[in-house]
Amino acid sequence: MSDTQWPLWEVFTQKRQGAPHEHAGSVHAPDKEMALQNARDVYSRRNEAISLWVVPSEAIVASTPEEVGSFFDPANDKAYRHPNFYKTPGVTLD
Amino acid sequence: MTDEKELEKKFQERIDKGEVIEPKDWMPERYRKQLIRMMSQHAHSEIVGMLPEGNWITRAPSLRRKAILLAKVQDEAGHGLYIYSGTETLGVSREEIVGEFLTGKAKYSSIFNYPTLTWADMGAIGWLVDGAAIVNQTALAKCSYGPYARAMVRICKEENFHHKQGYEILAHLMKGTPEQKQMAQDSINRFWWPSLMMFGPHDADSPHSADLMRWKVKLHSNDTLRQRFIDRTVSQAENIGIKLPDPELKWNEAKQHYDFGEINWEEFNNVIRGNGPCNKDRMKTRRQAHENGAWVRDAAEAYARKQEKKSIAA
Repeated sequence: MSDTQWPLWEVFTQKRQGAPHEHAGSVHAPDKEMALQNARDVYSRRNEAISLWVVPSEAIVASTPEEVGSFFDPANDKAYRHPNFYKTPGVTLD
Repeated sequence: MTDEKELEKKFQERIDKGEVIEPKDWMPERYRKQLIRMMSQHAHSEIVGMLPEGNWITRAPSLRRKAILLAKVQDEAGHGLYIYSGTETLGVSREEIVGEFLTGKAKYSSIFNYPTLTWADMGAIGWLVDGAAIVNQTALAKCSYGPYARAMVRICKEENFHHKQGYEILAHLMKGTPEQKQMAQDSINRFWWPSLMMFGPHDADSPHSADLMRWKVKLHSNDTLRQRFIDRTVSQAENIGIKLPDPELKWNEAKQHYDFGEINWEEFNNVIRGNGPCNKDRMKTRRQAHENGAWVRDAAEAYARKQEKKSIAA
């Protein structure tokens, strides 16, 4: 009896046209075709998605919570990247 | 040791601020263990929950009811899978979780160890069992562990359909012949108390409650949620003329809640220990389903291997 666990796939769903694909959860499946079918049956039984992505979980590279501080800090001291950094005397440009 | 204490203190601060814990965040080992226990029990309950209703699919009284029941049972499978995948984010494999279920080591909700004797039981399960589940799960949708909370949001949306279709079944029967009314009433007589037991023991007798509440896995106590369920269910019963089988059930003006009789905890503990009317049958059916599905799993795997070879050759 085969009881070994199939590979894990992360599921991303697009809710409507123009919307981004968002992580919905994961499924197990032996291949990409079944991963897509399982993802449909588990995460879109009520037209919750108009498009689906499945990605092998092991292919995902993620930032780690321990490094969050140093990893994102290059953005911390660059207030000039935001429009409200600037003074536009007498007029509102936006 | 001091490091661990420091981390635990920071963790509690995050919880107290209402932050959401994600899989890769540091968490106390006991938090992880309690969540694995709770979430896998919850997932198993969804899977076992298919059995009492699956029992009636071939005997549904109309095509409409049959299609609805099929969709509902399929939802329960989906709910089980959402929660299994959420549990796996805690670093435990699907194999392990399901293995503990099939060997009988893991528990599931005691409500599913009661038999479904008549069609009216499909109504009682939707209205009372799913109604109680909604009260529980709406609270869990705000719990501190992200993957669990997100699975609950999805599940709650679908449970509303389950809840309403059950109520509709009973409302329909209560407008029927005296026999149909009797069938509906008999079903509620059997399912009312077990539904109240779904919220678990009294707070004072609930061994994990204090930890779970401190970690905001549980946001309300068992007794609070049970009261909430009773308060919202009484008027729904009155509306269709069905009686809830508790002579002590009475509105308490001072408390602004219903008073109700004492639950038979001996029965509750007995069912949990494996001596309910259907414990053995449910486990047997579940194991059989797993074994009968073995050839499908083998075939899918063989096909995947064949496709992979082909794509390498090409």
